[in-house]
Amino acid sequence: MSTVSVKEPLMHIVKRDDNSLWRNVYIRVIAVVCSLIVCAFIIFGLTGMNPLAVYGGIWNGAVGTTRRMWVTFRDAAILLCVGLAITPAFKMRFWNIGAEGQVLVGALATAGMMITFPQLPPALLYTVSLLAGVMAGMIWGAIPAIFKANWNTNETLFTLMLNYIAMQLVTFCIIFWENPKGSNSVGLINKGTKEGWLPSILDNGYILPIIIVLVIAALMFIYMRYSKQGYEISVVGESENTAHYAGINVKRVIIRTMMISGGIAGLAGFLLVSGVGHTISTSVANNRGFTAIIVAWLGKLNPFFMLIVAFLLVFMEKGSSQIATQFGLNENASEIMTGIILFFVLGCEFFINYRIEFRGKRHEEVKA
Amino acid sequence: MKKLGSLLLALCLVFGLFTATANAEGVAADEIKVGLIYIGDENEGYTYSHYKGAMEMKEALGLSDDQIVVKWLIPESEACYEAAVDLAEEGCNIIFANSFGHEDYLFQAAEEYPEIQFCHATGTKAATTGLDNTHNYFTGIYEARYVSGVVGGMKLQQMIDEGTIAVEDAIVGYVGAYPYAEVVSGYTSFFLGVRSVCPSATMIVKYTNSWASADLEKEAAEALIAEGCNLISQHADTTGASTACEAAGVAIVGYNISMIPTAPNYALTSCTNNWAPYVTYAVQSVIAGEAFPSDWCKGYVDGAVALTEINEAAVAPGTVEKVAEVEAALADGSLHVFDCATFTVGGETITTFDTAYGFEGNQLVSDGYFHESELRSAPCFELRIDGITEK
Repeated sequence: MSTVSVKEPLMHIVKRDDNSLWRNVYIRVIAVVCSLIVCAFIIFGLTGMNPLAVYGGIWNGAVGTTRRMWVTFRDAAILLCVGLAITPAFKMRFWNIGAEGQVLVGALATAGMMITFPQLPPALLYTVSLLAGVMAGMIWGAIPAIFKANWNTNETLFTLMLNYIAMQLVTFCIIFWENPKGSNSVGLINKGTKEGWLPSILDNGYILPIIIVLVIAALMFIYMRYSKQGYEISVVGESENTAHYAGINVKRVIIRTMMISGGIAGLAGFLLVSGVGHTISTSVANNRGFTAIIVAWLGKLNPFFMLIVAFLLVFMEKGSSQIATQFGLNENASEIMTGIILFFVLGCEFFINYRIEFRGKRHEEVKA
Repeated sequence: MKKLGSLLLALCLVFGLFTATANAEGVAADEIKVGLIYIGDENEGYTYSHYKGAMEMKEALGLSDDQIVVKWLIPESEACYEAAVDLAEEGCNIIFANSFGHEDYLFQAAEEYPEIQFCHATGTKAATTGLDNTHNYFTGIYEARYVSGVVGGMKLQQMIDEGTIAVEDAIVGYVGAYPYAEVVSGYTSFFLGVRSVCPSATMIVKYTNSWASADLEKEAAEALIAEGCNLISQHADTTGASTACEAAGVAIVGYNISMIPTAPNYALTSCTNNWAPYVTYAVQSVIAGEAFPSDWCKGYVDGAVALTEINEAAVAPGTVEKVAEVEAALADGSLHVFDCATFTVGGETITTFDTAYGFEGNQLVSDGYFHESELRSAPCFELRIDGITEK
């Protein structure tokens, strides 16, 4: 007869069963603080510069002047808009990585209207451009959805490939619009008259796109959380079989949801052309279609969290330009910092979902 | 005595007034702030040459580091407008931007800040904006391209004379960025330089549709070499073409920077811009409170263009002497790059050209040559001459 004592490991990983909002917040705050400390060591180690001064530069670049603040807010809003576009698709587990292309065709259609119909009365031109942008995005979103719904094609590849087609479409149209011929540069559309440019509100040219996106964000929150269609999207996302069993028309939900997704991306394209850049080029979307995936995922498809993530990403981007000017650190420096911050923020999810128990907290001996 | 007193007083007033106006119009050298908007950063040849020019200006005028504010990696979008107004709000008195697509955005900011001077390299619209604070500048790079073409042509002729290639194989391959006047003028002047010393030369042009893509430029150069080109040149901003040339053993004439580090055995020389003369002149004008023209273009004589180091190990014998001779002829005005007697368009010698973009109706051909970059600083020559094929 012997007693076998099983040595308990140093620590256990235990799934948390309670869910406290306050704890979730403070874990994330600790993660951000830790990431800033690590960044500080890296900045000092690589460049010998004072990390606090560099952080000051980032802050200054992002919100240091009134104008910089508005630019940061506006660009965060546009990024959020693209994030909102992919939210319903992702909720349905339809991996729409084609937002880039959907934004581009929306931008292209808007530019086309502004170039073709500059003589229309402003209100009508806005409406026509907006509708054209949204419709173009809807079509671009619907194509892969129809194929997925009917023939179960792979939507990841399909939406990705459509990005390149959208890009070529823009390149093709630029041939007709460029000034001078062959330069690949359309320049400001309706430069003299500003026809079709979204107007300033209270002398502030940045605010209108922000308002539009915030309205979309609120609508999206309500749609996903409280509407029947939003519920259908969740069910299809959880299990198509369940959805079938519950009498949901899965094909219709897939196509409808992707039209919404593409339509909002198209709206982002409209905002980028009519409200921001007033031109068309293949780089109008500027990778927002892909960055938005980070926004949607980190924000857990919740418009309010997504707003924070979009702001953080744009904040770092604007800050990076300033530290390049002020300290001669190029964009790679801020990308390293953004990477470290994202690493910590993503990593802290572990501590939100699990807790670690150390040996000694509970004692159990297994006797054999 | 009273009279003298009042005269002195009047003189003082006038003098005081005079200095006051001069101060109001000009800016003290130690207070001036210069803003620079660049498409790339120091790792990219084209932007590097602009930055180098600005640093030479800083030295020449004795400015301090914090009087120069650089915005790096600004794309050709509203980001350029935001950068320009941000520089204006930071107190810059003069703002430069260096990429073709920056122009509309830079001049959009110019409209809002009439007291600040906005200078755009390679653009075409400054003279027609209706504003007096917009400026375009360019170098007479076509002159340097012509001279670098002479270097390349001598190499081709040497290969023909030595029997390495047949007379009809004197084919030049040209990696161009975009099919418009800036590039067309560039490759035509290069080709005319080649043909001035190698009469049997022909040329094939391939476009990458990008200003700076090492991969695309390398691929284009490889394709041109595969098509039988025995000399490569470029109007795009990376070392992609020279990498392909070193691997394939084909001579290359580069752009912006010396290609000798990437193609030590085959790089002949490069033509390059020196932006310091203009940037210095423009900043000096602002300091002095003097108006300066909406277009500026200078070439060899003013040191705004040059060849980089000539690779003695790779060029044909006698190249250095020939280059000196051609440079002297350009300087004294006895040689015109676009001499109508040296090329034909559709089999005919041209006698007229009045359709330059934005300047329609102005006659650019007179005295037997095409007056490049005289009407506006950016190149206007966009005719496709015989002997060159675009692919």
